[in-house]
Formats: sequence, structure tokens, C-alpha cells
Amino acid sequence: MDTNLAIETNDLGRVYRLRGPKRKGDAKQLVALDGVNLEIRRGELFGLLGPNGAGKTTVIKILATLLLPSSGVGRVEGLDVTRDVQEIRRRISMVSGGETSGYGLLTVEENLWMFARFYGLDNVTARKRIDALLEVVGIADRKRTKISDLSTGLRQKMNFVRGFISDPNVVFLDEPTLGLDVTAARDVRGFVKQWMHDHPDRTVLLTTHYMAEADELCDRLAIIDRGKLLACDTPENLKHRLQREAIFNLKVGPLGPKPSRDAMIEAVPGVRQATIVEQNGHTELNLILAQEDVLSNVLAHLTRRGSSLISLEKREPTLEDVFVDLVGRRLDVDTSHHAEGEHAAG
Amino acid sequence: MLPAERVQKATGLRLFWYTIWARAYPRIIGSTREKSWLFFETVLPLMGTASYVFVYRAIGAPEAYTGFVVLGGAMTAFWLNVLWAMASQLYWDKDGGNLELYVVSPGPLMAILLGMAVGGILMTATRAVIILGVCSFLFNVSYQIASLPLLVLIFVVTMAALYGMGMMFASIFLAAGREAWHISNLLQEPIYLASGFYFPVKAMGFWIATFASVIPLTLGLDAMRQLIFAGDPTLGFLSVEVELIILLVLSVVFIYGAIKMLAKLEEIGRREGRLIERRR
Ligand SMILES: Nc1ncnc2c1ncn2[C@@H]1O[C@H](COP(=O)(O)OP(=O)(O)OP(=O)(O)O)[C@@H](O)[C@H]1O
Ligand SMILES: [Mg+2]
Repeated sequence: MDTNLAIETNDLGRVYRLRGPKRKGDAKQLVALDGVNLEIRRGELFGLLGPNGAGKTTVIKILATLLLPSSGVGRVEGLDVTRDVQEIRRRISMVSGGETSGYGLLTVEENLWMFARFYGLDNVTARKRIDALLEVVGIADRKRTKISDLSTGLRQKMNFVRGFISDPNVVFLDEPTLGLDVTAARDVRGFVKQWMHDHPDRTVLLTTHYMAEADELCDRLAIIDRGKLLACDTPENLKHRLQREAIFNLKVGPLGPKPSRDAMIEAVPGVRQATIVEQNGHTELNLILAQEDVLSNVLAHLTRRGSSLISLEKREPTLEDVFVDLVGRRLDVDTSHHAEGEHAAG
Repeated sequence: MLPAERVQKATGLRLFWYTIWARAYPRIIGSTREKSWLFFETVLPLMGTASYVFVYRAIGAPEAYTGFVVLGGAMTAFWLNVLWAMASQLYWDKDGGNLELYVVSPGPLMAILLGMAVGGILMTATRAVIILGVCSFLFNVSYQIASLPLLVLIFVVTMAALYGMGMMFASIFLAAGREAWHISNLLQEPIYLASGFYFPVKAMGFWIATFASVIPLTLGLDAMRQLIFAGDPTLGFLSVEVELIILLVLSVVFIYGAIKMLAKLEEIGRREGRLIERRR
């Protein structure tokens, strides 16, 4: 056991028993996590990136002692999540996006005070920290506002303050910027960065849908899909993987009806990934190619299908590309819409 | 910016104490902010009580019954509070996303439940006093208190047993989910009848009175009436001393039960993922 590890999971697995009405043949259980191995060092801001249902929240809930693993081991600061529950709870905190916690009748200050007391803070310390933290996130003027009167963004900032009020060693942030506008999300990210900077021995594990957020914030991140860890590295190194490949954005004329499988763009030799979105009158292609010269094959393919090139752009790999390369589809917030687009164009 | 040194955090009994009052706080402050609660929890029991008084007077029941009803009416407030604000509270807290945060915090869940109870008792006590005061004045009730210390003791033990039961129900209701509403509804009216809110439980006959005694209010109310309206022959299902002992036993059983159920609930919740699921 490495004492420098803030979080460690060893073959972590979780199976949910599915309840509620079932038709014959429906699955009775769902594998949400499957053999997840993570090592997060003290002082790291670590991100879990994955599509809906990947298992991100499940990882967090297990580490926060709200859920037992079905198999494997999870440790927080060397403590076992199954056995050392009380000791872990003293050291951690958790904030989720879209949270509606607290009591609407209480003011921001009272609500934060209540939670501070649950963590054993004395009155003076609690009030001092509430004031200081509200100042930092810029809602000190809302101290006496009833929380039922707060907007989503303000409320989330308050929840954020709650997560840090108890001076935790390890903070779990589950999609902390969910539903926030650009400015509020930036404030929240800024706060996390500042906190990590001021407390170099603390650890944050954050989950997110937003590639840019993961890229900007995280020291390292893990990409997770369908309960499995696909990659784990710094954002730079992850992007570096795609260095040899060439990434192009193409805008082309309509592709026409969906062709047979071996006539699709993906079937062109050297095309590693293609995501296709139909947009009013034209088609956008996002291609990851094994090498640059595959592009000529793609263009020939498009000509054969009667489509013409409108614009072409080569660009640096982003985390989004890494994700597509690993998972085989884009990490769109609106996955259903996207699936349709692919289907129509393919 | 925040001070760099580590924050001192209480543990053990002190943390338990902090947690109780922190959770009691929204109850206490909340009722001063939400005036409609005052209406529902004071005016409704008050009207119920008054209507019984009028019925008794109309049918020429003994004058002593007015006093019984007034005391019963005041205690009804506690029963309503336990049923609607204790037993169902964890369910609401889960729905609102608070339960998860209670569980991850180091403050013990039992202290959170106790905090709910303490807040509930304090707030309801003010209502009970209002009901008692208004009705005593309106209906001109006179009291003959046999022993004030014993009366206070009975009240305290009754509250311990009653809210102990509420705490135990909180876990059961959480496990039962939506069904819990029906249980609450089912329990409300029959209990009014069986536990003798509006007339001495002795009148119900031995067996019903015995069954009803599981609800701590039944014996608590009977004992309090014996002490407040000393010497009335229709009172006294059992003697005050015996009722006190049974109430003590009930409080121990219920509070112990609440502790066990809560631990079980958390264990099952963590195993089956019930703490984290959202119904909405
Ligand atoms: N309490 C539960 N009972 C049954 N199944 C669950 C439960 N919680 C999650 N699941 C299932 O487990 C899988 C992983 O869910 P999880 O919430 O961990 O994903 P996620 O990566 O956080 O997704 P999202 O981005 O949508 O928040 C999903 O298929 C989900 O439906
Ligand atoms: Mg999630």
C-alpha cells in the first residue's frame, strides 16, 4: 500500500441488481463497473471522463462510502471503503452537479452552517470559513438569501462552498459544472484550480462530460466507457497518442442514402474513425486517419458517392479525438441525436 | 483567502451534539418562516378539539370530559408531528438529495434523526401550549395537578417513547417508499380513536386499550390525565407507576429499534445502491 496514493482501486467492480417491472428475457443485473484500476496521487486533480452511463458516478459513490463495491478493493488515503467508513467520511467531501440539497427555508449561511456542524466545526470556525469561501466564489452578498430563491448557478456555487467548508483531504466532484452557464462554470473551475494551488497536499477527483473542462483542469485523467477504464494519462500524453494520425474536419455536400457496410467511409483503408453529422444541406465529417495520405482515398470515395468538398481543415488532436479513437463514438451530451445523424449519413 | 492551517474538527460525543442541534435548527427556524405550518399544526387540532367539546356538551357527557379532550387535543399535535414530520422525513430527505450528504458526513445518522426529533418536540410543544391555553380559556377547564414532578417525568418519557417510535418509523418508511403514505393515512384516524385522544382509553375496554398501548401516547395521555384531573374514576387504565414503567420500556425498545434499523438501512442501502438512486 503506497501512502502517497490518495485514491487507489484494485479490480473494482459493481453490479446493480435491476428492480422494478421486467419483461421476460430482460437482464436481471447490470455491470456498471468492471475491473477498474486507478491510482491517484495526493495533490492530483484527477478527472474521470466518459459518456452517460459509463460508471463515473458509480466510482465516486463507492469511494465516498455510499455504495459497496461488488468486487475488488477501493482505498481512500489508504483506508478501505468497505471497512474504514467513519474514518474516510471525516476526510472527504462530495459535491454533485444539479444538486438540490439543503432546506429551502434556510439562508445560504444557515444551510452551510448546518453542514459545517455535521463535520464537527465549531461555531466560530464555521462562520469564518463560510464568510471566506462565499467571498472566494463571489456570492458573499447572498449570505442571507433563502436558498429557495437562488438561481441554479448560485445554488451550485453554494454547494461548492459546502464541499470545501470542512477542509477535506479528498474532494469528489461529480459533474460540478452541470447546467451552469459559461461564466459560472469558469468561476467554479477557477475556484478548484485556486484551491488545489493553495493546498498542494489535497486531492480532487472530478467527473465530467466536457472535454475542454477535463483538458483545462486535470493533471491526469482516465477515460471510462461501459464500466471499463480505456486509458489513463495526462491530457498531453493522451493527445500525443494521436500524433502519428492525421485529423481532418471536412464539410461536404449531401452524402445521399446510407450505403452498405463496406461502402461506408469507415471502410476506406486507413480511416480509423469517422463521425458524421448532417447539417442543413451539407455534411460534416470528422476523420481520424492513420496517415495524412489516406485523405486522397477519402476524397476519391466521396466523389464516387457524388458528394463534393466544400471545405477542409487539418487540426491538432483534441481530447475529443482521443475519446473517439478509444470509444468509437463521440462524447456528445446529446447522444441520441448524434446516433441518428450517423445513421442517416453513414 | 482561506487560512492555510488545518481546521479542528470535533469527533465522538461533541460531534454527536453538534449534529443534533444542526439538524434541529431548520425545524425550529423553519416554522417561524413558514406561517402556514402554524395554521395546519395549531388551528386544525384546535378545531378538532373544539368540535369534540361541543359534541360532548350536546350529548350531556360529564363535564370532566372537556378537560380530557383539551389535553388529548394538545397531545394530538405531537402525534401528527411524529407521523408527518418524523416518520416520512428521511424519505423526503432522500428525495431532495440530503440523505446522501447526511450519510457521507461524519455526523452520525442517529444524531440527525435525534435532531429532527428535538426540533420537532420543541416546535410542537409551542403548538401544544397554544392549544392547551386557548381551549382551557374558551371552555373554562380547571386542573387539579397531583404531582408536578411526576407529570413532567411522564411527559418526558412519553416524548422519548413517541419520538423513538418516530425514529424507528423513519427507517421503515424510507424502505417502504411511496407505500409509506398509505401507512401514515391509515394510522392517523384509528389512532385518534384507539389511543384515547378524545376520551379515556379505559372506556375502550381492556383489550383495545392494551393494543393501543403500543402507541406511547395512549399510556402517556392516560397517566397525564390521572395526574392532572386527580381522582376522576373514569381514568386510570393502569396505575400511573405501572404506566411510567411501561413507557420507559417502550422508549428503550423504540430507541434501540431505531438505532438497529438505521444501521441496517445504511447497510442495505450501500449494498443495493438504494442510498444513491433517484426516484425522479
Ligand atoms: N442505483 C442504481 N440501480 C441500478 N442501476 C444503476 C444505479 N445507478 C446507476 N445505475 C446504472 O449503472 C450504470 C452506470 O451509471 P453511472 O451513474 O455510474 O454512470 P455515469 O458515468 O455517472 O453517467 P452519467 O454521465 O449519465 O452521469 C448506468 O447504466 C446506470 O443506469
Ligand atoms: Mg453520473
